[in-house]
Amino acid sequence: MKRTLRGKVHKYDKDNIDTDVILPGPYLKIHDHKELAKHAMEGIDPKFPEKVSEGDFLVTGNNFGCGSSREHAPIALSQAGIKAILSPSFARIFYRNSVDGGYLLPIEIDGSTVKKISDKDELEINLAQNRITNITKNEQYPMKPFPELIARIVESGGLMNYKPA
Amino acid sequence: MTITEKILARAAGKQKLSPDDVVFAKVDKVMMHDVSGPGVIKVFSEWEKKGVKLDHIWNPDSVWVTEDHFVPAADRVSAENVIALSNFTKKYGINKHFKYGLGQYGICHTLSHEEALVLPGEVYVGGDSHTNTTGAMGTFAAGLGHTDVAYVLMNGQIWFRVPETLLFKIEGNKPAHIMAKDIILQIIGDIGTDGANYKAMQFVGSVVKNLIMEERLTLTNMTTEAGAKNGIIEPDETTNAYLRERTDAKYSPMNGDADAHYSEVFTYEIEKLEPTVAKPFSPSNISAARELQGTELDKAYIGSCTGAKLEDLREAAKILKGKKVKIRTEVLPAAQSIYMKALNEGLINIFMEAGAVVGPPTCGACCGAHMGVLGKDEVCISTTNRNFPGRMGHVESKTYLASPLVVAASAVKGKITDPRDVKN
Repeated sequence: MKRTLRGKVHKYDKDNIDTDVILPGPYLKIHDHKELAKHAMEGIDPKFPEKVSEGDFLVTGNNFGCGSSREHAPIALSQAGIKAILSPSFARIFYRNSVDGGYLLPIEIDGSTVKKISDKDELEINLAQNRITNITKNEQYPMKPFPELIARIVESGGLMNYKPA
Repeated sequence: MTITEKILARAAGKQKLSPDDVVFAKVDKVMMHDVSGPGVIKVFSEWEKKGVKLDHIWNPDSVWVTEDHFVPAADRVSAENVIALSNFTKKYGINKHFKYGLGQYGICHTLSHEEALVLPGEVYVGGDSHTNTTGAMGTFAAGLGHTDVAYVLMNGQIWFRVPETLLFKIEGNKPAHIMAKDIILQIIGDIGTDGANYKAMQFVGSVVKNLIMEERLTLTNMTTEAGAKNGIIEPDETTNAYLRERTDAKYSPMNGDADAHYSEVFTYEIEKLEPTVAKPFSPSNISAARELQGTELDKAYIGSCTGAKLEDLREAAKILKGKKVKIRTEVLPAAQSIYMKALNEGLINIFMEAGAVVGPPTCGACCGAHMGVLGKDEVCISTTNRNFPGRMGHVESKTYLASPLVVAASAVKGKITDPRDVKN
């Protein structure tokens, strides 16, 4: 995992964006990752996959990824190009799927930080310093550090490569 | 320690655990189905490409597999997913594979209790968010994704952050028109869909003590809709009696300590509860059924792990007996064994004479997969667990969630109806 990520923001300022919206039920039978990417966020914005470039970020409201345990959701987002999601809170299974699968980073930020970031802003995320720089607005924000074990799994690029002590 | 902390401590080989501790815990049972299974197979194939040796799994006897989401095969892709699942269970010697059209099968969370596949005191994980359901047996039961299930299949353990516990005391005398579904909808309405995020929800009190096992399972099932890591009820004589009818297996139950710490305690007096409905588009968006009286409906759905257990069918049949439905009504028992019991008790006759269609056990339209999904602008009342946009079909369809009693009463009137307002 690179220590610094840079990309453009796609902002969906809504709480409780659930996995039925992120990757709707009819596509659950699909297990081809590239095919899943075509349906990422279809329930909220069918044009989403066209808007995203590799390495971009999602900025959203509370409890992102609630609902079903489908790993299809972080897979679809990551395959569409999203490398980190910035939200005040995540639903637990979505969080662990994102980290353990090594798909993308669920980064917890304050609700006030969500307000400061606009759609299309360019951000740089420094994982070593737990700091987010808004290049467009020339602002800096804190992010919540990953708990120790999560940080190690992130470092390993997912649970597969992680060996418990 | 609470029951959740004690089960995790035992599984992690620790004397004591507190909320926020992150531990690797040994897993006793693991489940996957025809959606998460192919996902796990995909993870296995990715890992093999990267040089991981996968010629055997940790313990095939601790694994069980169901076909429930896309059976009967909705199309070619879902048929092929089931074939891939069969090849996988054969390759790794997983004998507990419940196959559609081959004896007992049904929704994973229903089989877990109906077949006594999971026991009190165990750590049970499944590739499905409603794995929480089985916590009603006094089990630590939590849902995981494909990578985590694949990891458990290889290593027999997985990491958990120890959750703090919210304690729900349900007291009073339960009126006949109130079901566990009304209680849990009320709780989700009060605490919200992230009210228990990362936390355990534990249920106690005189009402819980007197609830039969299937009703307890409705409480824990929908803890998922409040974001909970797990729902749990301490095992008692009801649990033991339920298991004795189904298995000779020995188990080591756990109970919480008298001085266990609960991060918050909520008390409900059940006499004050009304038959409750969750309006579109959130399980927390609740109203009393009577406040929504007259809301026009197109369809009633009695199905899923939440609302098609034998007791759910019995309650619905009490209302539907000798009446006709005014809207399309579908009944899908949650497992083959439940279908058979309902048949033998005469419930299926009651449903069909009322004009409902009775379908095979499947997750089906509950997750918008197939077998009765909703079209644009269609309005459904359902015994299921979620009503997010597009959950049961078109993104502009609407689902109201309610108890089997409310759904049956609404089917009879063609409008949202409190069961007390249907004359016998």
